[in-house]
Amino acid sequence: MTAGTLLEVSHASKVFDVSPPWLARTLARQPRLLLHAVHDVSFSIRRGETLGLVGESGCGKSTVARLVIGLYKLSAGTITYEGHKIGALASGRIPRALRRKLQMIFQDPYASLNPRWRVADIVAEPIHAQRLVRGRRAIGARVDALLSQVGLAAADGQKYPHQFSGGQRQRISIARALASEPEFLACDEPTSALDVSVQAQVLNLMRDLQRELGLTYLFISHNLAVVHHVADRVGVMYLGRIVEIADKATLFRHPQHPYTRMLLDAIPDVAMSGESRIPVAGEVPNPLSPPSGCAFHPRCPFANERCRREVPQLGESPDVAALGAHDRVACHAVEERRLGSETRVRESPRKVVSDPT
Amino acid sequence: MSVRRSPHPDPIPDGQREPSASEAGEGHALLDVRHLRIEFPTRRGVLTAVDDVSFAIGPGEVLGVVGESGAGKSLTGAAIIGLLEPPGRIAAGEILLDGARIDDLPDEAMRRIRGRRIGAIFQDPLAALDPLYSIGSQLVETIRTHLPMSEAAARARAVELLQEVGIPAAARRVDHYPHQFSGGMRQRVVIALALAANPQLIVADEPTTALDVSIQAQIITLLRRLCRDHGTAVMLITHDMGVIAETADRVAVMYAGRIVEIGPVADVVRAPRHPYTIGLMGSIPSVADDRDRLVQIEGSMPRLTAIPSGCPFHPRCNRAFDRCVRERPELLDAGTSLAACWLHSRAAV
Repeated sequence: MTAGTLLEVSHASKVFDVSPPWLARTLARQPRLLLHAVHDVSFSIRRGETLGLVGESGCGKSTVARLVIGLYKLSAGTITYEGHKIGALASGRIPRALRRKLQMIFQDPYASLNPRWRVADIVAEPIHAQRLVRGRRAIGARVDALLSQVGLAAADGQKYPHQFSGGQRQRISIARALASEPEFLACDEPTSALDVSVQAQVLNLMRDLQRELGLTYLFISHNLAVVHHVADRVGVMYLGRIVEIADKATLFRHPQHPYTRMLLDAIPDVAMSGESRIPVAGEVPNPLSPPSGCAFHPRCPFANERCRREVPQLGESPDVAALGAHDRVACHAVEERRLGSETRVRESPRKVVSDPT
Repeated sequence: MSVRRSPHPDPIPDGQREPSASEAGEGHALLDVRHLRIEFPTRRGVLTAVDDVSFAIGPGEVLGVVGESGAGKSLTGAAIIGLLEPPGRIAAGEILLDGARIDDLPDEAMRRIRGRRIGAIFQDPLAALDPLYSIGSQLVETIRTHLPMSEAAARARAVELLQEVGIPAAARRVDHYPHQFSGGMRQRVVIALALAANPQLIVADEPTTALDVSIQAQIITLLRRLCRDHGTAVMLITHDMGVIAETADRVAVMYAGRIVEIGPVADVVRAPRHPYTIGLMGSIPSVADDRDRLVQIEGSMPRLTAIPSGCPFHPRCNRAFDRCVRERPELLDAGTSLAACWLHSRAAV
């Protein structure tokens, strides 16, 4: 653990038992069915930093967020927060004093707010639960301050969630998360349900709050452009494992893992108008029966016998000159230098916003 | 605006142009939508969801229609394929396919056009397929409804179509059911269904939104290749400007039920003319730049019950002046594009 590390996840795994009911299983003589949603994942987040986790559906990125926040118990591994173990194996509970410091923002602002509660009550709930402020008047003042902090009016507290648009609801979710004065926010696709112009408002707000309050973010998204905008470091997940983790600039300019390269090539970007490219064939395999060896090998153009046999470990790339000391990649081809290390630099800045007159 | 009836169609004043056939690139328009208005009668009055929308699509052209939720883009698509859900109704304007009106056809006649001359692709491929029938029988049914073919010939064509949309082992997969396919493969089946009778136009409503990025790239590439090979025109409705930028020839940007800007995709992306498009483009995060903050358009799209007077964007526009509040702008010349914005009125005089 290096200095400044706030959250450290080491060798975390989460296994879900998705077997059919006992009787059905016994009658059909089927073994238990286990889903390895997260497999041996390690990373650390420094104070004040934003770590982005990207990947396609089913790669385990949301499960990681829930493990970190203590909504799921770990199947193996450890998570430490400021040196304190959280989400430990048997006693999965986070001490109250710590729990206050970790909060979560969910994807769906329609499902994550109680429709029968007024906004002021929703935002005040963590304050009551943690007994942070006492007295009705003091709590009311705190709620008003929180609402104005996220760009809503104090009067909005008397309304119900259905009276707000998606973007405003996400602001309410953020106000609720901030109510317990957290240090760390796990954000699970916080803008995926929003329109782009509203997404811009929420992303700008999250950035302002991070600066004002010194927050640390774990930001989960399937959208690489959004992650590029918010994150300092980026981890790429595939079928439950982190395949590459690096500083943002390194990851986007010099992606190492073939999957990262593929993802970057697949983004439909406004900058590439009219440019055609070769999409990578294949789809994410069923996580119930992941491929042997490197899970990406059936789609990887560089796969060989070793890739089919042996699971690559997250290690330093031999191409250290281009990379930072903390950047890691899990790929035999990179390790054996079988990949061309051509650097791909996307042309920047391209937006020539013209004067409309 | 929304509740009052506006006196349409107006005579078009000088200097204001119709974005019709001449804009479609080719000699004549395959699809010509003129002054389309879609209304929803409610107890509290009539809501206008799409107001005076005109555009044209040339043969083989890909027109992207982009906008945020509630902009009216999907309703416009639904009106074209004749699947507007009641109480929604076309209140004014007309839709022409190859020069003939299709908006006033009886259901039976429209059913013959839909599938045969206009194909449709929707967002959710699982909802577009019947779970009780194998994809082969769904394809055969579609083919035989529209083309005079024997069962055997239709089945051969179904396998051919599945091969064409990139389904491996098509001859075996043709007898599988929708649940046996992954999301990306299902969308390929839906594309095969849309192409089954070789339509002239495909209306694709958010065809890649439900898919992962790597699959999305595959579907976009597929759609673009097929339409080029078959000469099929596409109306591509999506909220994703990136998808439009990669796929479309021209793009129409919709806001509050109107087209605010329409033009060649490269020009609209690189040099947007309408303040809304400028804000929209700036609000999209990109891996190609390192901006500290995204451009922020304050506020949100107006509700249908309270569409502002004049230009519907004026309360959110930082360049609005008194004329914008009073008078609704028509699409005006703005370089290579047309923009519904009074800032461009000088160019028109």
